[in-house]
Order: sequence, then C-alpha cells, then structure tokens
Amino acid sequence: MATQEKPVVLDVRHLRTEFGTRERPLVAVDDVSFQVAAGEILGLVGESGSGKSITLRSILGIIRPRGRVAGEILWNGQDLVPLSEAQLRRIRGREIAMIFQEPMSSLNPLLTVGLQISENLVAHTDLDARQRRARAIELLDLVGIPAARNRLDDFPHEFSGGMRQRVMIAIALASNPKLLLADEPTTALDVTIQDQILRLIQSLSRDLGMAVILVTHDMGVVAETCDRVAVMYGGRLCEIGSTADVIGDARHPYSLGLLRSIPRDVAPRTPLYSIPGAPPALNALPPGCAFSARCPVAGRECPDLRPKLEAIGTSRLVACHHLEDAQAHFGPREAAQ
Amino acid sequence: MTTIPTSAGTTPLLSLRALSIQFEKRRSLSDTLARRPQQVVSAVNGIDLDVMPGETLGIVGESGCGKSTLARLIAGLHRPTSGDIVFEGESVVGLKGARRRAYNRRVQMMFQDPYTSLNPRMTVRDTLREAISVHRMREGAAIDQRVDELLDLVRLPEGAAEKYPHEFSGGQRQRIGIARALSLEPICLVADELVSALDVSVQAQVVNLLIELQDELGLTVLFVAHDLRLVRHVSHRVAVIYLGAIVEIGPSEALFSRPMHPYSKGLLAAAPSLDPDARRRAPALSGELPSPLAIPPGCPFHVRCPHATELCRREKPALRPVGAGMTACHFAETIGDA
Repeated sequence: MATQEKPVVLDVRHLRTEFGTRERPLVAVDDVSFQVAAGEILGLVGESGSGKSITLRSILGIIRPRGRVAGEILWNGQDLVPLSEAQLRRIRGREIAMIFQEPMSSLNPLLTVGLQISENLVAHTDLDARQRRARAIELLDLVGIPAARNRLDDFPHEFSGGMRQRVMIAIALASNPKLLLADEPTTALDVTIQDQILRLIQSLSRDLGMAVILVTHDMGVVAETCDRVAVMYGGRLCEIGSTADVIGDARHPYSLGLLRSIPRDVAPRTPLYSIPGAPPALNALPPGCAFSARCPVAGRECPDLRPKLEAIGTSRLVACHHLEDAQAHFGPREAAQ
Repeated sequence: MTTIPTSAGTTPLLSLRALSIQFEKRRSLSDTLARRPQQVVSAVNGIDLDVMPGETLGIVGESGCGKSTLARLIAGLHRPTSGDIVFEGESVVGLKGARRRAYNRRVQMMFQDPYTSLNPRMTVRDTLREAISVHRMREGAAIDQRVDELLDLVRLPEGAAEKYPHEFSGGQRQRIGIARALSLEPICLVADELVSALDVSVQAQVVNLLIELQDELGLTVLFVAHDLRLVRHVSHRVAVIYLGAIVEIGPSEALFSRPMHPYSKGLLAAAPSLDPDARRRAPALSGELPSPLAIPPGCPFHVRCPHATELCRREKPALRPVGAGMTACHFAETIGDA
C-alpha cells in the first residue's frame, strides 16, 4: 500500500497516560508516538495490560477525569490534548468514531437499533426525520445486515453477536468519520464472523478513505487486515512498521517471541516456544526496557537503560539494545522453516 | 450406525453412541396463552464417536455448535436425552452411587475460566485437599504430601499452596485447575477452551504442560477449542462439529491440510493466517450458524454451502469414509479442492 502518498490525519507524539496519584503514578502509556494516514489501517497489538486500549481511549479523551494525558495528539494538525470536554465532543463521534469489543454492552438494550443510529444522525447531521430513516437503512445495508428495512425497529437482543457488531459499525459510520478506532472488535466473535467483520472494516476503509486503528491481541488479525503494525509492551512501543516487515521479519525479541509462540510449521505436539513469566504489572515496570525481565537476550544494562526506537530499513522502527543477539537467538529456527 | 474407524486392535476408552441432548426452551405466559408449541433446542444430534486410550481428540466448531455441551455430556454434567456413553465397555448414562463417583473421578473436566471455577475463599491447598479427601485418594498426612506433589507436577512455585486464587496470574490459575483435575488421578481429561482466556505468550506454556503431562501420565484428552492452530498442534484426531453433529472427523494433519467438508474448508480458511500475502477480500464463509431451535432439513449446512444442490436440501448426508477420515457430505469427492 502506498501510504506515503496519503495525508497523515493523526499524529500522536510522545503520548503519556497515567493513573493514580501524582506522587506514585501508574503509567499505562509511556512515550508512544505514531502516525496514521487517511485510508490506512494501523494495528496496535499487545497482551492484556500493554496499554493498547488506553492509547486508543486517550485519543478520544475518554479516560478523563481519572487519567492524565500528556504529549500531543494532532488530529489534522489540531492538538486534542488541551481541548475541553465541550470542544472534544464536536470531534468525538463526528470525525473520530469508536467501536468496542462487547457490542451488547455498548448498545442500549431499551432502544431500537433504528433509533440508536438516528441519535447519532441528530447529533452530527442536519437530516430531517425521513432522511434520517432512509440514511439508517442505507447504513445498515452498507454494513451487510440483510433486509435492513425490516430490522430498523428491532432491539439489540434480536441480533446475533456478529450482527450487533455490524450495528455498532453502522452507528459509528453515521457521521462519516475520518478515523475509526476499533478496540478488539472481533475478539468476542467466531473466526467465521470475525473474518466477515474484518473484511467489512477493510472494504469500508478502502472505499470511504477512512483511517482505522485496530487494537487486537491476535497477530493473525493484524497480518490479514492491517497496513502497518505497532507492537506494544508494558505501555511502550517495541516495534512499529509495515505489516510485511513486522510480521514477516520481526526484530524485537518480544515480537519474535509472540510470533514464535503461535503454532505454525512446527511438528505436532512438540513443545511450543513460550515467553517465560507473565506480563508485568504497571507498578512494577523497570525504568529501562519493559520487556527485559522476560527477554532471552537481555543484557545487564537493559532494566535500567531504556532503548530508543531506531530505524531499521525505511519503514520500521525498533526499540532494543540487542537486535543482533535477538536475531541470533531466534534466527536458526527461522532459517529452518 | 457407522462408527469412526479405529486403529486396529485397540478398544476405545470412550464411545458415544447416537448421543443426543435436547433442551426445552422456557415457555413464557404469552406462549402458553397463544398455545404455541414447545420449542426445543437440539444441542447435540446423534453423535457417534470413539475415543482411543492415550489420544488427544480435538473438537472444533463455531460457538453454539454444541461442542461445549458435548464436553459437558461426556463429563457427566448433563444427562443425554437419548443415546449412550460407553466407558471402558460399560454404559455410564444410568450409573448411580459409587460407580457414578468412580466415573466422575476418572473423567475430569477443566474449564475455560479458572477464576470462576476455583473457590476464591479457599487456598490452593484447601481446594486440592478437598478433592483428594472427598474421593478418598489419600489419608492423613499423605494428603498434604500429595498436594505438594501435584503443585510440583504443574510447575507452580513453592509456597503456592497457601495462597488464594486471586494471588495468581491467569496462566497460574489454569495450572491450579489442571492440578485439581489431576488430583483424582483421572484417565481422561475434558479441556473446554482451556487456554482461550490467556494471553498468547502464556497459552504456549499451558499447552506445553498439558502435552507433557499427557505423555507422562498416559492420559486421554478431549480438547475443545476454537483456536484452530492450537487444536491442530495438540490433537491426534479432530472432529468438526456443526449444529450438534460431526460433519468431518479425521487425523489432525490430514484434516487441516486437506479438509473434505465444505464447512471445514470455510472454517479453516476463515482463521486468520500469519502470511500478509495470503489476504482475501471476500469472507471465507458467509452467513451465520442457524439457530439450533430450527435446524435446517437435509444437510444442516446447505443454507451456507456454496455447493448445495436439491439433494442437500432434501437428504441428510451420513458420515462416511472419505480420504483419510470421515465426512458427512454428498459431494465430498467432487467438490475437491474448490
């Protein structure tokens, strides 16, 4: 994908999100920078607690008042961080929309689906009641709900899980957003339905020129859907680059370990590679590299000295002091495939 | 009734014979007033299956296909509406008292969420001690010794016995669940989505442990999961379930490298591949699993099948030998690799 030619719509610079007291903050997102271009799908992958969802929520400003956001979130050049709630509300839902993992808990169970789409149209467009109804049918049609006209007056519980997620997407699309934030939109769904929803998001992004940030823990979802990938661990970026680079030729020991632990091209029932230990707690992160405690190639300096994101090739950045050791550690098996 | 071909000479540990279960939907007042007929969910529809000693049988399918119900039937948590479960040559459906308990002890279930299946008010030692003493596996001081043995077996750190479930990570809690199941020295483990709730990096640890323990203790494992890559990795044989019936069953490698049933093909193709070059624009399988309240006549898959003909709408295909395994499709041979 020729992402370079498309304009950058979102430019996140040194994002830092913390919770708790100022004296002993819990830093959920630490110095995260990335860009998203129009029509591009960026994948944010990581395990639970890696800060991927908080990054997404920080962009929309929905972690306040408990969380504190620092850094810059440039949306078409305008910084969202200092905006007031009222100013943010003009952008939220209109230019930037969001969908969540659990469509049932995001939909109002007492309102019909038609009404919930309409709500968004009232808030963000000038359409009258009749036009709104027509537009709602159009939107349900767009997201692939069969017999859309007849389903407008149905309640959320009358839809299946996959169809509910389509309804959520239809509501998100009501205001023609330029950026869709998708927080694990398919995690609760079957592979077959996940596949349908991901293909839908892909075609919407392509046809409407909409930028998408897709948060997921599944490397397969990223490989099949995203143009670029950012791998997060302990609130920090480990590696960011094109999907082909990061999935096909990962360099950070965490990305390598994550990919290696997925069974593929290994003899059945042989031990799988596993990353030792468990993901770290936010209050127990070392000042240096967050992954150092579980890293097979960590040196003595790693827990204290934080590695910077540095370019490897033209389209990828990696934060690791021991790139060559990582290649050597994970290399032999890679070559055998 | 045909059964699954077995490796010559061995007798199955566990056989399911035309196993079915139906749940009646609760009738609301308006249903009763309008005299609507009782609705029945057919969760499992006549499954025939032989499980051989020491093998891992993977069970895959979409949510709502009946794979968990099947697992619970085998573990004795549901009573089948019809059909039979034969364990070591003896029917277990009507078992009562001591013989029921003996079966329950030998076939142990492990659940997806170890947090809800462990008592939060009991330390790990108490949980394991309870299981061991209820089934009189050990007496007196031997109980505590056994607890330590078990924790060692699942590689939990020393001192874990005196802690409560909330003090452990998800992967460790799943190890406690495994230790609890193993405390009764079972011969067969039923693992329902054992690692689905865990982070990818931790999943591999638990799967490795399961395979290791199975080989060490000679266990038979029923591995119910929706992660096809994992199922392929751990299973000797795999059964694909659609609307409560087996549509395809065969050796794991053969089934994954060359699925014969159009549903298996779709399911495998829908699983996200790690190869960015293998992208598709169209979904692998359209539509959704029909409601088990109204299973389509004929082949239950015909409404979603791209190859369905008049015959499929009319006649339910039987499970028959195709290739290395068995497939329930009228056109398994002619569909080929399409």
